[in-house]
Amino acid sequence: MEDCPLLEVKELRTRFSSEKGTITAVDGVTFRVDHGETLGVVGESGCGKSVTAESIMRLLNEKSTRYDGEINFKGRNLLSLPEKKMLDIRGNEISMIFQDAMTSLNPVFTIGDQIAESIIVHQNLGKREAMEKAVEMLRLTGIPSPEKRVHEYPHEISGGMRQRVMIAMALSCKPSLLIADEPTTALDVTIQAQILEVINDLKEELNMGVMMITHDLGVVAEVCTRVAVMYLGQVIEESDVDTLFDSPRHPYTRGLLKSIPTITGDRSQKLHTIQGVVPALDNIPKGCRFAPRCPYATDQCISESPLLEALENGQKIRCWHHEEIMKREGVTDVITTAT
Amino acid sequence: MEVAKPIQQNRLAALEKDIKKERRQLAVKRFFSNKTVLAGSIMLIFLTLFAFIGPLISQFTPLQIDPANRLAKPSSEHWFGTDNFGRDLFSRVAHGAQVSMGVGLSVAVLTAVIGMVIGLYAAYYSTLDHILMRVSDALMAFPDILLAIAIMAVLGPQPVNVVIAVTLAKIPVVARIVRSSALVIKEQTYIEAMRAQGASSWRIIWRHILPNTVSPLIVQVTYVFAIAIILEAALSFLGAGVPAPDPSWGNILYDGKIVIYNAWWMTVFPGAFIVMAVLALNLFGDGLRDLLDPHSNKALKE
Repeated sequence: MEDCPLLEVKELRTRFSSEKGTITAVDGVTFRVDHGETLGVVGESGCGKSVTAESIMRLLNEKSTRYDGEINFKGRNLLSLPEKKMLDIRGNEISMIFQDAMTSLNPVFTIGDQIAESIIVHQNLGKREAMEKAVEMLRLTGIPSPEKRVHEYPHEISGGMRQRVMIAMALSCKPSLLIADEPTTALDVTIQAQILEVINDLKEELNMGVMMITHDLGVVAEVCTRVAVMYLGQVIEESDVDTLFDSPRHPYTRGLLKSIPTITGDRSQKLHTIQGVVPALDNIPKGCRFAPRCPYATDQCISESPLLEALENGQKIRCWHHEEIMKREGVTDVITTAT
Repeated sequence: MEVAKPIQQNRLAALEKDIKKERRQLAVKRFFSNKTVLAGSIMLIFLTLFAFIGPLISQFTPLQIDPANRLAKPSSEHWFGTDNFGRDLFSRVAHGAQVSMGVGLSVAVLTAVIGMVIGLYAAYYSTLDHILMRVSDALMAFPDILLAIAIMAVLGPQPVNVVIAVTLAKIPVVARIVRSSALVIKEQTYIEAMRAQGASSWRIIWRHILPNTVSPLIVQVTYVFAIAIILEAALSFLGAGVPAPDPSWGNILYDGKIVIYNAWWMTVFPGAFIVMAVLALNLFGDGLRDLLDPHSNKALKE
């Protein structure tokens, strides 16, 4: 058990059948998460981040969804497990926090009841013990006077509090992997920082692996150890967080980092943008998926799809011309704008 | 929520008690400040008392015939007068209240339970949904009264069969209400969050979707209660419900129809009680909806 990674996703492909035909939302995604590390998954809306997460949890409607590839969690392929076994894994070994804390709690139960429920289901504890554990979890997430709060209903507490409750609920059974699907998007920056800190502290305490899905590169820089950048259902670049910010290689990543406004920059200067729009999932370009929007695209890019290539520094990249681009433009131009 | 007093060992239990007490007080306060539900409840209590105490205080049994005293006007002896066989109308209306309220309540409870199960499962499993909803479409295509008459014709005229007939006619309505609100709840993030926490389908349906559909269900069921009373009266009036000589509001009205120009009391008293029962239930249902709807009671919460 010790030598195999906590989570290893191999060539995951998730397809939905719809009236328009089959749509491939995730296409050949490969990454791994180890104990005690935070993998950031970034990309714009609709690039398949959330679908990847839901595939790992097998939360999608299985009637209209087809999975290919492997999702190995502690050496077991989750995609071949029966639904019954998944029930034991969800919430117990892998937990998930959702983006919208405002609607992620059932309005008819007190927050204590909701946290206690997961504990009762997975740990065979009595109601009273589970309640005590719920109070303990709430205290860990930094909620003041948790013994009072457990009896409150979700509408009686603020958004930041609710997200803490969600975290307490997700971590109540001490899972070894936490999937956080844009946990801070709906919160203001102060609360955002606090929530990230809570997740980070608990990660260290429980030695969990965390998969942090976000589109906020600031969040990535703050908490992640490694980053996978996704575009249209594929991982296009993966590296440790410093390398990504210091020397991004994929034109899309470079574009993203260049688009971050800086506080010291010239105010009259226009912000950098990536030309074009994300193609629809039922109309995916044949070659490199980024080619239609890429300033460096050649004929090869349009006709042939590049593979995820591993470099010697551990960086992985899906681009035909990344070396050329690096040579031509160097790294300096990006660093100055990104940091 | 000001409970920041001595904090010792049992503070958790004490806190829980305090909070629950406060919640209860708030609920009682809200109940009494809602005039509609209050009026409905008072009328319902009155009707229930009438149904149970009426037969006890009346000196006559509902079947006791007194041919010499036929169609007597309301008097100190016969409070509501007598019918065309000389039977005491007060006693008959009071017994009829038992029948009508009994049928109404049984129908309400049965449709609530069966409709809820059907609605919840139809909302959760889409294949089942198609089957169940087509069946209920078919049932709803018949007018209630016609469907009930058909069922009564098959089963025979007995109070139990009235319950069965009206229940069958009303299940689709309740099932649809539950289904439509369950469909909305099913897509909420907190249901997905519960799935992500490893809750089984059974747990999600019964513990998480059900409580969220209860308030529309309760409101709908009070209306079904009212409609069941009307339907029962209509069936008995048409001779397809509670068979004579047992009294029910419907068949007293039927007896009164023949003598409507000579004995107004035979139509007015049972008619008034039907109106009152239905009005009480509708007021109660309306008030309950306001009471259970979290959006309408914000004003009362400090």
